[in-house]
This record gives sequence, C-alpha cells and structure tokens, in this order.
Amino acid sequence: MPQELPLSGVRVLDFAQFLAGPVAALRLCDLGAEVIKIERPDGGDLCRGMIVNDQRLDGDSLVFHTFNRGKKSVAADLKKPSELEAIKRLIETADVMIHNFRPGVMERIGLGYDTVRGLNPRIVYGAVSGYGTKGPWVKKPGQDLLAQSLSGIAWLSGNEDDGPVPTGYAMLDVATAGNLVQGILACLVRRGTTGMGGLVEVDLMSTAVDMTFEQLTCFLNDENRQPRRHSIGNANPYQPAPYGVYKTADGYIAFAMTPLSKTAELLNAPEIADFSQDQAFEKLDDIKAIVARIFETKPTQVWLDKLEPAGVWCAPVLDWPQFVDTDGFAALDALQTITGSSGATAVTTSCPIRIDGAKTQASKAGPALGADTAELLS
Amino acid sequence: MTLPLEGLLIVDFSQFVAGPYASLKLGDMGARVIKVENPDGGDLSRRHYLSGTELEGTSTLFHAVNSGKESVSLDLKTHAGRDAALKLAESADVVIQNFRPGVIERLGLGYAELCKSRPGIIFGSISGYGNVGEWAKLPGQDLLAQARSGIMWLSGNAGDGPVPVGLPIADLTAGSNLAQGILGALYRQARTGEGALVETSLLEALVDLQFEFLTTYMNNGEVDPRRAAHGSAHGYLPAPYGVFETANGHIALAMSALEKLSQVEGLEALQRFADPDDPFSRRDDINIVLRGAFAAKPATEWETQLSDAGHWCAQILNWRDMLQSKHFKTLEMLNQTSPRLVNSPLRLDGFRAQRDKLGPKLDANGSEIMREFDL
Repeated sequence: MPQELPLSGVRVLDFAQFLAGPVAALRLCDLGAEVIKIERPDGGDLCRGMIVNDQRLDGDSLVFHTFNRGKKSVAADLKKPSELEAIKRLIETADVMIHNFRPGVMERIGLGYDTVRGLNPRIVYGAVSGYGTKGPWVKKPGQDLLAQSLSGIAWLSGNEDDGPVPTGYAMLDVATAGNLVQGILACLVRRGTTGMGGLVEVDLMSTAVDMTFEQLTCFLNDENRQPRRHSIGNANPYQPAPYGVYKTADGYIAFAMTPLSKTAELLNAPEIADFSQDQAFEKLDDIKAIVARIFETKPTQVWLDKLEPAGVWCAPVLDWPQFVDTDGFAALDALQTITGSSGATAVTTSCPIRIDGAKTQASKAGPALGADTAELLS
Repeated sequence: MTLPLEGLLIVDFSQFVAGPYASLKLGDMGARVIKVENPDGGDLSRRHYLSGTELEGTSTLFHAVNSGKESVSLDLKTHAGRDAALKLAESADVVIQNFRPGVIERLGLGYAELCKSRPGIIFGSISGYGNVGEWAKLPGQDLLAQARSGIMWLSGNAGDGPVPVGLPIADLTAGSNLAQGILGALYRQARTGEGALVETSLLEALVDLQFEFLTTYMNNGEVDPRRAAHGSAHGYLPAPYGVFETANGHIALAMSALEKLSQVEGLEALQRFADPDDPFSRRDDINIVLRGAFAAKPATEWETQLSDAGHWCAQILNWRDMLQSKHFKTLEMLNQTSPRLVNSPLRLDGFRAQRDKLGPKLDANGSEIMREFDL
C-alpha cells in the first residue's frame, strides 16, 4: 500500500443501529477511519439479534457483521449521568458522529447538535431519519419498505397489471447511507479550511425522491400524469419499446435502448418496422408483444450471439449461482473473508470503491458488544 | 455560511447518468462543475427523451442530472481539442470520466498523464464492469448490469420472471460511490497533498447494494433467496413483511411480531401460526391469511388501526398522492421554480441545496471558459 487510506486518523462515533447509519459508518471505515460503535449495554445494536437463516458469527447475527465489520464497540448507558459524561469526553476526541434516533431523542439525551458542537466545534454531526425532522410522518418508523411505499417507488417496478412492487432489498437505506457519507466528507473537507464542523441531515424519504429524480422530473413537467408501467417486461415506465426484460426458450434476456428499425432487422420482424420511431413510446405494449413472441423462440445464448456482435445492448439475466460463477464477477475482486474473535470466519462483500487501483480489504468481523469499552472510556 | 466545496473545480467528461450524477452531488455542495461535451450534439442524454418530455429543446432527464453546471464543447478527436481539454483538466481539482476502459488514456487525458503536469489531482472513473475480465469492454448500461448481477430475482413474487427495479439504480449508486471516493480523496489531499485515482463500476455498485443478502447467500451453502408467492418485498425476511391489497388501495407491513399482530381486530386468524418457526417456514400461508383479512377494510383504516397498535406499516402511495400529502411539502424536496426540478437529498447546516437552474445549453459557457483558462 503506497499511500495511507484517505480517512486515516479520522475518528467516527457510530450511535446508529440497523442499516443506514451503520452502513454509512462502514463506508467511512473502509476509507480508513476508526469507527467506534456506541451501544446500549443490554444487547447493543438490535441488529445483533436479527438472525436470518439461523446464520451467526461469534453469537451475533451474520447481518450484524455484514454492516459492522472492522468497527470497535463501546457499551454505555446514556441515561446514566456518569456514562453520559464519559461518552462526552469521547466525543471531544472525535471527528464525526452519526446517529439515527428519531427526531428529538438525541436532544433529550443531551447529545443534540448544539450541545455536541459546544463540546467539540470541529465535529461533523450526521443524523439519519425516516422522513426529516418535522411534518406528520416524523413519528413513523424510518424503515426502508415503508419509505418505498410512501414515495411512489413501488409503482415503478413490475408490470402494469401487478400491484405495487417494492424492491426486495433495502435500496433506500443503502442510498441514504451514501448521501450521508457524501455530506460528512464534504464537511470534513471544509473543516480543513474553516476549522469548523457541520451538521449533515439525511432521510429515507428525501433519498427516495432523489433516486426517482429523473422520472419525477418528467412527471412534474408532464402535467403530473402517473407513469404507466409497461404491460410486458417493464424495466422503466418512461423508456420506450423495446426496453425491458424478455423470456427466451431457456431463460431471460435484458434488451436496452435499441432503435425500432434495428430491432426489426435483427429479430427478423418486419411487422416492427411498420411502427415509426415516434411510436416507440405510444405503442410500446404492441411493439413489446411482438418482441416477446420472437425472443421466446430461441435460447438466450443464440440471441446474444446474434445481437452482441451487431452492437445491440443486451445481456442474459443471471441469478446468483450463475453470476458468482462468471469471470465478470471474479474480475471485480468483490469478496473478502472476515474473522471473528473466536476464529470463526465468513465471506462478505468488499467496498465498491477502488482507491489508487487497490480494493480496501477488511479482515475483522464486527466487535463483541463493549469489546473496547475499557480501552476507550475514561 | 460557506458551502463545503466552494472554490473546487470539477471538470466532467462523463455523459448519461452515473458520472453526471456524481458531479451533480458535488455541485450541490458548492463545487463548480464544467461539462466537457462533444460539439456534435454533446452529452447523449440531451437527446434521450423519456416519455417524450422535454424542456427548452433538451430532454428533462438531462436537466435533472445537470442542473447548475457549465458546458464547453471540445472535439477530443482533434489535437487542438485534446490540448484544450488537457489544459482545462490541469486546472481542475477533480476530473470525472466514464469512457470505456482504455479510451481516456488513448486520448492522452488519463490519470498518469495528468499526474505529470498536475500532481495532486483527483481522478474519478466509472465503468460498467471494472477494468479487467471479459466483461470490461461491454457497454456500461444500467438494465444490462442489473441483468447480470442477480438483483432481478430479488423483487416481485415467486411466480414472476426477473423483475428489474424501474429506475436506474446501478447508475445512481455507482455515481454516489464515486462522489464518496472523490470526497475521501479530497480530504486526504488537503492533508498530504497526494492525489488519487478513484474507480468504481455499475456492477460493483450492484454487488454492494446486495451485500446484506449476498453475504447471507455466500455463507449458507449458496441457498437461493426465495421470493414469497404473494406480496413479496424481501427474499430472506420472515412473515409478515410485504405489500397487501386492501378494500381500497394497498398497504405495506414491515417487521411486526406475528403474535402481537394476531391480536389486532380482524387479524385473529393469524393465531394459528403459533410455532416460532412459522414466520419462516409458513410465510406463504401467513401471507394468504393476511391477504384475505386486509381485503375487509380500506388501507387508510388499516394504517390507523395498525399504527395505533404499534405496528410498522404505510399506505402505498403513487406520486400524485405523495405530492398531495402534507408531509411531502415539509420536506421541500421540489424546487418551486418553473420548470420544476428535484432538490438535493441532503441538508447541510440545516439548509437544503436548491436545484433552481436548468442544465446548460451545449457550449453555453464555451467562450468564457476558453478565455478564463486560456485554452
């Protein structure tokens, strides 16, 4: 490693639980920061107990280790004045803190931004919420599926006749974490010139709006017409035919932006050529029905062999067993092995950002609850 | 108040969504962003009309992702164009590009080349599939990266085919990751003077986005996640978790304890799933019972009743409903100017950056940039 990692020497206190907050802290950790989780002594981060598929490492859920590998842990009861004072002394040594309590909770504890800024004017204070800090939804649980439901995102995926289709993964938590990291790092950059910290606030709902900004901008400037999902193989309600996913004789193929004339030629479908390019949006269901009928006649690889050399943007639809077996996946070097204090190991993904040509590799699993309390609290 | 990145200059050679989204975010936080575009029509997304909507003759998509940037057109196929681009890039704090691997080096504008004349520069690069391996040369397009990554089998129900998410999620998450790496490198540069090469790709972003499940999968003997038969919203989580149709509208239910849920009036039929393993092993049966029960009342009534009992739920809104909700207005996520753009998702020091400008016309700032940087 020729150079130190970008955030080497930065200390982050992570008061957050579950997903968006801890994932933001994980990214800072991967970029070189020291991350210390501050957890309640009775059980700590709720995620430790979120056992999926009966998978554990060192007694905690594998999911916990996925979000918290490489971090330290301090156990403290913030309701006890002596422990709160000890945490305040730790805050004086920190560059960044992150929390995801509901609005008002940190202020009641005595660790609101104004108090913390008094203790340490250089600190960058990151707060994650579900829906911002005011308005009728403030008390709603800040949870990924619920924010997807309220933001209209559930009506962008799936086909026209389906009900709402949320994504089966926590897209808003991960994206919110990304936004928080951006704001925190920008404030650290600014601190280099002004010497002052800052307050960064993100929420799942604003992130949802940001993630739909292209389509929502179309909607807002198109008389607020609700987008209609395609009846077949929808992959984006605002894309014209033939954009989407199609069944083949032995699997599925994804077919991206392709002019109708080229589609007609390569699929040997003159009836598609009857549609002008201007009709690619208006008549998309009719056109896609023809495309679907043709793709179903031959196996995926036959289509790829024909379409890829012609410069058409298409891909086989893979599932995980197929994907992790490809050279493409191997070339990413996207996996790493983490080891718990008991010696148990697990495989997890690594940071998706390469700095100076190198992947950052973590080797440690998540910390046992309070593993670093004695060392870090005075 | 100083915006955090005031005074920084970003020179952005990228087009379409992923790269421009990274520079949009840096622009929101105060950086000056200059787009370098080909004279022959510029950024391809200018002509990429989604649903045929356009603003001032350019696609709405382009404006959404290029709000507030400057534009200069340079023909990188000519010596003069390349020389001007090199000089402009040498003046920058950050350069962003998303050509296919190898192209920027052939143009003489690669990281190693820039480092010679401008040590300390931060160079951000987005590709579709990384720089090596047999996929490196494939077009870096969102839907195709989704197709290869396995992510299409996580949404939708068990009987469905692959279900892509209907927004460019690989582009957006890769752009966010690039912005994060660039900012980390800027922090280091301020302390040590060192520059950095920051790279990511659409496929790495999708692997990262699936990290929770993929980690589960890699460590459980590669047992596939199974989508629920109905109302699926997560491959591995136990019932009740999903979306359900009601007498009027749909409702989403997340992370409730089944036993507590079975005490809610109208959901007593859940009491027969008393075995602690039932939420996992009988997920589809539980969802069938919930579907039947939820059909009895409209979503608004269920939401009130369930929320009052402490359950995590939400009505499923479409955009019109969302825009009309009181809460949405309090977020101030929509710019009030016309045409209407979406604001930054971040609040810094209590303020949300406003995207109150359209994207630039092609070469809108060409002559002033030529003068300013003596190109």
